[in-house]
Amino acid sequence: MINFVDTLIEKKAAEEIVGVKASDSKYIFGKLANAGELCLNYDVTLLPPKKYFLPQRETVFKFKLGDKPSLEPVAEAKSTILIGVHPYDIKAIELCDAVFTTINPDPNYLLKRDKATIIGTDCLSPNPKAFCASLDTATTESGFDLMLTDIGDSYVVAIGTAKGDKLLKKYAKTREATQSELAGRDGQRKKALGEYKVSLNMSPEEIPGLLEVSWGSPVFKEKSEPCLSCGSCVMVCPTCVCFDVQDDVAFTLDKGERYRQWDGCMLVDFAKVATGENFRDDKEKRFRHRMYRKGKYLQERYGKLGCVGCGRCALACLAQIASPAETFNLLKAS
Amino acid sequence: MVMQLTPKASLHLPRLAELVRVESLAQREKVFELKLKDGEELGHKPGQFVEVSLFGIGEAPISISSSPTKKGSFELAIRATGNVTNALHRLDKGATVGIRGPFGNGFPLDEFRGKDVLVVAGGLGLFPLRSLINYIRDNRADFGRLTVLFGCRAPAERLFCDELCKWQDCKDTEFLETVDVGDDSWTGSVGVITTLFLKIDIEPSNTYAVAVGPPIMYRFVIAECVKKGIPEDQIILSLERRMKCGVGKCGHCQINNVYVCQEGPVFTYAELKQLKEAV
Repeated sequence: MINFVDTLIEKKAAEEIVGVKASDSKYIFGKLANAGELCLNYDVTLLPPKKYFLPQRETVFKFKLGDKPSLEPVAEAKSTILIGVHPYDIKAIELCDAVFTTINPDPNYLLKRDKATIIGTDCLSPNPKAFCASLDTATTESGFDLMLTDIGDSYVVAIGTAKGDKLLKKYAKTREATQSELAGRDGQRKKALGEYKVSLNMSPEEIPGLLEVSWGSPVFKEKSEPCLSCGSCVMVCPTCVCFDVQDDVAFTLDKGERYRQWDGCMLVDFAKVATGENFRDDKEKRFRHRMYRKGKYLQERYGKLGCVGCGRCALACLAQIASPAETFNLLKAS
Repeated sequence: MVMQLTPKASLHLPRLAELVRVESLAQREKVFELKLKDGEELGHKPGQFVEVSLFGIGEAPISISSSPTKKGSFELAIRATGNVTNALHRLDKGATVGIRGPFGNGFPLDEFRGKDVLVVAGGLGLFPLRSLINYIRDNRADFGRLTVLFGCRAPAERLFCDELCKWQDCKDTEFLETVDVGDDSWTGSVGVITTLFLKIDIEPSNTYAVAVGPPIMYRFVIAECVKKGIPEDQIILSLERRMKCGVGKCGHCQINNVYVCQEGPVFTYAELKQLKEAV
């Protein structure tokens, strides 16, 4: 594995080789200087790999001001190889793909997405807030170019696409996996399923129906009471795709740029209009909206559940109210 | 990955347009006539909106106020309220702005054809409805009776006064208006817009009611329409939301599973009853 990654870094110098690295006691996706930095046995990263397709801040076009203003579209992308993406994040990228590439395809997203190679790795030590085992997102059969599973002394690699196959053949030393190695992979995956501390008391298919009948539930008010409206939950979410659009003018006042940046429905002014009216003016409404987006709205629009159970929101939430699993279980119980 | 569609570079990129006329309507309202610099028609339907860009300030969703039957240019009637609209009000003829769109569904014109149309405009609600009224008047034979009710707070807040007079004097349009509070110069009706419902006689099953105005007006106007016997799917309303991207992505205009910029801003009352948090 080390050889493979070092070879990629060396031979594919024109490309961005990104992987999971340790950062203090947490993990992040970042550019790899060498294979030694790569951590494949991690629980979860602070931010999901979504940032490589929908950056925190992205220029959409540049403009020149004056008597004859002019515009110049900006869509930049560097070929990127992402190493160590967990299955739940791959499922989340599949949802982002549905949002940005089906209805009104988004040029900025598509360009970045097209130039990305995804090398996944099975999550063998889930974080304490994750509930992927309950959402069928602990493993995936699609959405990757290559998928690695650590079986102790080596990795089993599943090939997802021709692009992945080519990369593997060119840069890695591989051989056909034996039956016992494949059995080892199944064993590792099965063992990991038993490691999840949080579970849903229902199947993922039941969630939209549960929410259908839960609109007036007191759970939303109770749960949202301690909410700080800080937006941490939506900022770390791999399926949150909302953004704000703003202009920035240069100091010289003769040019500037329009950019978009992450925004979130849990922030107070998200649904406010110029006249001052705010269509989700209290935290109960915003909390409920987020839960419905995760469990119902995105499913209805794109056929995929808006939560992959990664647990990042629950880890980030200071008020300890953000986990969709907790709310869905409470609604089911009430 | 699903990639059967080719992205348009123009998704987030405005077209340039020139302000060819700026005219004051009331204290805080102006109408702007615009021409696209690429020479193309905007190609909108009544009830649709555009995103107006002032580069360096930002972008705002604005309903289109002119009828598509008016060729060569289009009009946006705008109250100075936020960053973009206040800055726009400071611009003169000849200035360049950006335009994206038209976006949204617009009024269901095909359903209106052959039917009577009752237009209910509250204050600035007249801006998008003016597009519909003039469209119907320009295609008069395609529609049944046209009744227009207009209400605003005070005589000084009346908008497009010349056109209001024209509609009043025209045989093929029934026009009634009222102000909430009159003044010495005002000889017309005084009272909220629902008082005008007492003065009209409609054939409910053959009538589409189209109302645009402040959210508070909707509650009372809907009740009057229902009282008149207009079916719920023939009561049409347009919603205001913070439509930032206009293309169903940014999430700001979302009501439940609906993106107002895509499936709206025009909805039937029957649809809105199913949407929580809509009005």
